Amino acid sequence: MTNQLELKNVRVSYGDFDAVKDVSLNLEKGQIGCLLGPSGCGKTTLLRAIAGFEAVAAGEVAISGRIVSSNKNQIPPEQRKVGMVFQDFALFPHLNIERNVGFGLAQLGRSARQSRIAELLSLVGLESSAKAFPHELSGGQQQRVALARAMAPEPDILLLDEPFSNLDSELREQLAGEVGQILRQKHITALLVTHDQQEAFAMADHISVLNAGLVAQTDTPYNLYHNPGNEFVAGFIGQGTLLNISVNALGEMQPALGQLNTEIPTAPGDMLRLLIRPDDIVYDAGSETSFEIIQKAFRGAHYLYQLKATDGQIMPCLTPSHVDLPVGAALPISFNMQHHVVFKNTRL
Amino acid sequence: MVGSRNTTWNTLTGALTGALLVVGLGATYTVAAAEVNIYSARQEALIKPLLDKFSAETGIDVNLVTGKGDALLTRLQSEGRNSPADLLLTTDAGRLYRAQEAGVLQPFKSELLKAEIPANLRSSEDYWVGLSVRARFFVYAKDRVRPEELNSYEDLAGKQWSHKICIRSSSNIYNQSLVAGMIATAGEKRTDAWLPAFVANFARPPQGGDRDQIKAVAAGQCDIAVVNSYYLGAMVNSSDSAEREAAAKVAVFWPNQNDRGTHINVSGAGITAAAKNTVEAQKLLEFLARDQSQQWYAQTNMEYPVSPDVAPSELLQSWGEFKADSVDVSELGKLNARAVMAMDRARWK
Amino acid sequence: MEIATTSTIEIPGSQARPSGWRISLVFVASVISIPVLVVVASLALPYSDIWQHLRDTVLADYIANSAALMIGVGIGTFLLGVSGAWLTAMCNFPGRRFFNWALLLPMAMPAYIIAYTYTGLLDFTGPVQTALRDYSGLGYGEYWFPEIRSVGGAICMLSLVLYPYVYLLARVAFTEQSTAVLEASRSLGKNPWQTFAQVALPLARPAIVAGVSLALMETLADYGTVDYFGVSTFTTGIFRTWYGLGELRSAAQLSALLLLFVFALVVLERWSRNKMRFHHGSAQGTPARINLPGWRGILSFCLLFSTVFFGFLLPAGQLFLWAAAHWQDTLNQAFWDLVLNSFMLAAIAALCCLALALLLGYGKRLHPGPVEVSAVRMSGMGYAVPGTVIAVGVLIPFAWFDNTLDSFLREYFDLSSGLLLSGTLGALVFAYVVRFLSVSLQSVESGLLKIKPSIDESARSLGYRPLQVLKRIHVPMLRPSLLTALLLVFVDVLKELPTTLILRPFNFNTLAVRTYELASDERLVDAAAPALAIVLIGLLPVILMTRAMIKEDPQ
Repeated sequence: MTNQLELKNVRVSYGDFDAVKDVSLNLEKGQIGCLLGPSGCGKTTLLRAIAGFEAVAAGEVAISGRIVSSNKNQIPPEQRKVGMVFQDFALFPHLNIERNVGFGLAQLGRSARQSRIAELLSLVGLESSAKAFPHELSGGQQQRVALARAMAPEPDILLLDEPFSNLDSELREQLAGEVGQILRQKHITALLVTHDQQEAFAMADHISVLNAGLVAQTDTPYNLYHNPGNEFVAGFIGQGTLLNISVNALGEMQPALGQLNTEIPTAPGDMLRLLIRPDDIVYDAGSETSFEIIQKAFRGAHYLYQLKATDGQIMPCLTPSHVDLPVGAALPISFNMQHHVVFKNTRL
Repeated sequence: MVGSRNTTWNTLTGALTGALLVVGLGATYTVAAAEVNIYSARQEALIKPLLDKFSAETGIDVNLVTGKGDALLTRLQSEGRNSPADLLLTTDAGRLYRAQEAGVLQPFKSELLKAEIPANLRSSEDYWVGLSVRARFFVYAKDRVRPEELNSYEDLAGKQWSHKICIRSSSNIYNQSLVAGMIATAGEKRTDAWLPAFVANFARPPQGGDRDQIKAVAAGQCDIAVVNSYYLGAMVNSSDSAEREAAAKVAVFWPNQNDRGTHINVSGAGITAAAKNTVEAQKLLEFLARDQSQQWYAQTNMEYPVSPDVAPSELLQSWGEFKADSVDVSELGKLNARAVMAMDRARWK
Repeated sequence: MEIATTSTIEIPGSQARPSGWRISLVFVASVISIPVLVVVASLALPYSDIWQHLRDTVLADYIANSAALMIGVGIGTFLLGVSGAWLTAMCNFPGRRFFNWALLLPMAMPAYIIAYTYTGLLDFTGPVQTALRDYSGLGYGEYWFPEIRSVGGAICMLSLVLYPYVYLLARVAFTEQSTAVLEASRSLGKNPWQTFAQVALPLARPAIVAGVSLALMETLADYGTVDYFGVSTFTTGIFRTWYGLGELRSAAQLSALLLLFVFALVVLERWSRNKMRFHHGSAQGTPARINLPGWRGILSFCLLFSTVFFGFLLPAGQLFLWAAAHWQDTLNQAFWDLVLNSFMLAAIAALCCLALALLLGYGKRLHPGPVEVSAVRMSGMGYAVPGTVIAVGVLIPFAWFDNTLDSFLREYFDLSSGLLLSGTLGALVFAYVVRFLSVSLQSVESGLLKIKPSIDESARSLGYRPLQVLKRIHVPMLRPSLLTALLLVFVDVLKELPTTLILRPFNFNTLAVRTYELASDERLVDAAAPALAIVLIGLLPVILMTRAMIKEDPQ
């Protein structure tokens, strides 16, 4: 199967600063990929390089097997067959919805264009707003117009730059799911850029976590959460805390968190970092281990406590909300980890 | 960056505030006791030297505002009895007549002025006097036109001059008063009959000033131009060699010497009804009308003196003596509007 | 700081202060509207037979020529202004940074002066045609040469000096356009030129329309150029009716008719500005410029260079040659007095216009009620009214006020106040404000539109009164707009002629008056020195504006 998008050792620079240092990525036809990372990690720059708005300083970008960017040659954006959905939607304010969607369809005949517009508007559920102008629509509707417009010319790949960040948080996940569904239904290859994991999880098949211009890990959402490849991914994906631990000769962790269960080889006396998710520590009234509560937050069905271990390290604990103890009290807990995610402690 | 912007801004604001103060103070100075205030349609350069001379001789200060005649008249009218102006100076009799009609002038008695200035060049009710005379004559191409072929203004409507005549726009007062003069002698009907034929003979749509018409004759665009005498004089004496060369290619013809005479108009002045310095104003009028001043007009502006006793400049004399239309110049003022309407009807732009 | 000393926090929208703003806005706007209203009021006066005559003979000509002039200048300023703005704002080619500011140069050139110089050059008797005849041996009528003194010539002259209005506004619109929108178009398969035509240009349309309508208002108000070229327009018709027919009232009625044209333009301009609100996207960084290598770069260079050359370099050079030949006669003390007078007058008028524009613009922002909005609109109408007409509109009410006051004092106190306002610099500056307020108002209003209301609200909620908000938030944020407003009025007043001519006090001359007097006496060569001085002083603001522009554009 050919790769719809292929990045080889791409570097993008602004003057002396390498916003993207060295990124390689593949997307197969119909796959939805995602570039996930904190702001400033280079994800938007990379997306713009794929679209042709930024030149690559090194490496290659190929779309449908055709090299569109290299340090020798940059094909202009309009010849790349990419669709792009912008963060602020970038709808043409002087054109109505219909003409916005039809903007990229100049090569089609009148009737073909009309039917394609109608098809897309019904796909995104905006048939009734065809004659409206962008400023008359809600944010969610504008977002769907932007999607329809980008999809209209049947691009080889659809690029979405933080497409939901301008929307209400409730709307965000819902729309992300809907958009993902539409893309899958039409078998469209897409690459999403976001800093929001929920969005990424809701839409993407593969997520590349970017950090400081490099790919930290590319994997499925499940694996990113449960098997983060490095401390950065572990800290960035989901909630969690990294505890400094050591292992004794029996394979027990210090402080007393029980037997270490991991594939990575360890030796007694190794200093390690253990990833703890809030649901890894559970309330256990009968437990002998109890830690001091230093902070608590009501979450409806749950309380999220921050506990201080005997050695002073802080760790999270999620309890049912009827477990209501004051700050300063001791919370009896037990550990509920089938699988330990540990990293060599490189900080020492 | 922000700092430097601030500096620019502050400097600018400071400079402007300073400017405000300076002009504010400058504008509040008051003028000396003996003075005369003039609203003049005649341009500063063409009158200031004489006024300076007057101040030097008499110690009376002269304050001047120049502008278009009708605008000054409107200013005079709206200012009413509080107007600071003592004297209204215009470049044609028509405006003086209008001022007189509007009641912003007052009559004055000066035997000296009456003696100096012929009756047809001043108001019969002593509201104003003419101070200098200009004639509107023909200038023709020496190499293409023989003077024998020329005769009168009326004659320029003849078929032989088709596409041969250059003249400026009818918006200009010189042409308005020329046509008014024709109405005064020949009547409106005959003028109306003459105008379209005359306009049809234009070599080009009316444009530019009188000098441009002379230049066009010199360059071969037309054969005859109807212009004011002093423009040719100014070109002959010009510092611009091209103008002198153009002037050398043309000659002067005095039209209507066998009948009513060549059309003339005057520049003139009257004392305003609101005048507070009537004595000084009359003094200035008499100064402007005296022989020496008349000679200055003739020498500097190439105009003809109003007084028959004063000889025009050598150049003017070289163009020969001429018979001037003796129509009362007030008539020209009265008929000005009708002249404009007649020209409108004839589509003279 | 100020917050600490303010003991009471005022609730935004409370009634205590706002009424002050409201009253002063309506008062100021009404006073400024008086001259225009005086003109409009003439419509209510009886109509003389002159109207019948005008309708039968010349009125159709006036309308046709004015319309042709407007269409021509509209197209001309659009082409020159938009191409300049697009190329310098969005493209990359040799000399781009030079043109950033060089394209503003023709602004310093009054239309009547450029008309004089081109006539001197291109006239049948001028050096160009003379050389042509000498070289070819052809005589009059044997070859074709464009007639400079024609409607076409006037269109060229006016377009060459008025396009900077379009250039300035369009350039801002292009640079502030949302980059994403342009990129969206590219990603949808449109090349840069298609993107320009289908997205950037329609989005900049409100700014372009605003610029063109400014240029057209100037065109309607122009008297010097069309009069010199012998083109009978509405404006020359007004003067012909007044001067030639001695019918001031009919002339005023004609002016009121002209105001209808103007009103249409104002409505058009406002309508565009309203649309601009929806069109304002968020500009995120500067978009990548389009590179124009090879012949395309050279072509762009040549296009813009010829604009600057014909709009400024050639006429200024001609003026310089004329002035240089006679500098001994002109550079005397009297000349420097003229320079000082012109400079001061322009500076004062510019400051007054700015202050009033801030009052009106900000007052309207605080209270955008129908009364306030129409009052502000009315106060901007003077821009397209010929200066002489404004002058009459100022002269009559001022003199009436003076005389009424004087009569009153005489009757009851045996005092005479004489003419308090008439014939003073104050009256002159007032007339300038009436004429040019629109220019500064436009700058201030479009600047204010770009400041989000939430900014006002946050400042108000932090305890600032409206005036403090204006002083501490808007004025600093608007600095570039305010500077533009100041400079545009400065240049306009510097060039202004007919109002100055009628309203100035005794012994007060300006460069424009001197230029006009000499030129109307057909002494172009002598007029060159003061004309050149106008151009040079007019360059000062252009240079300042240029500096601001270069800072914005560091690449």
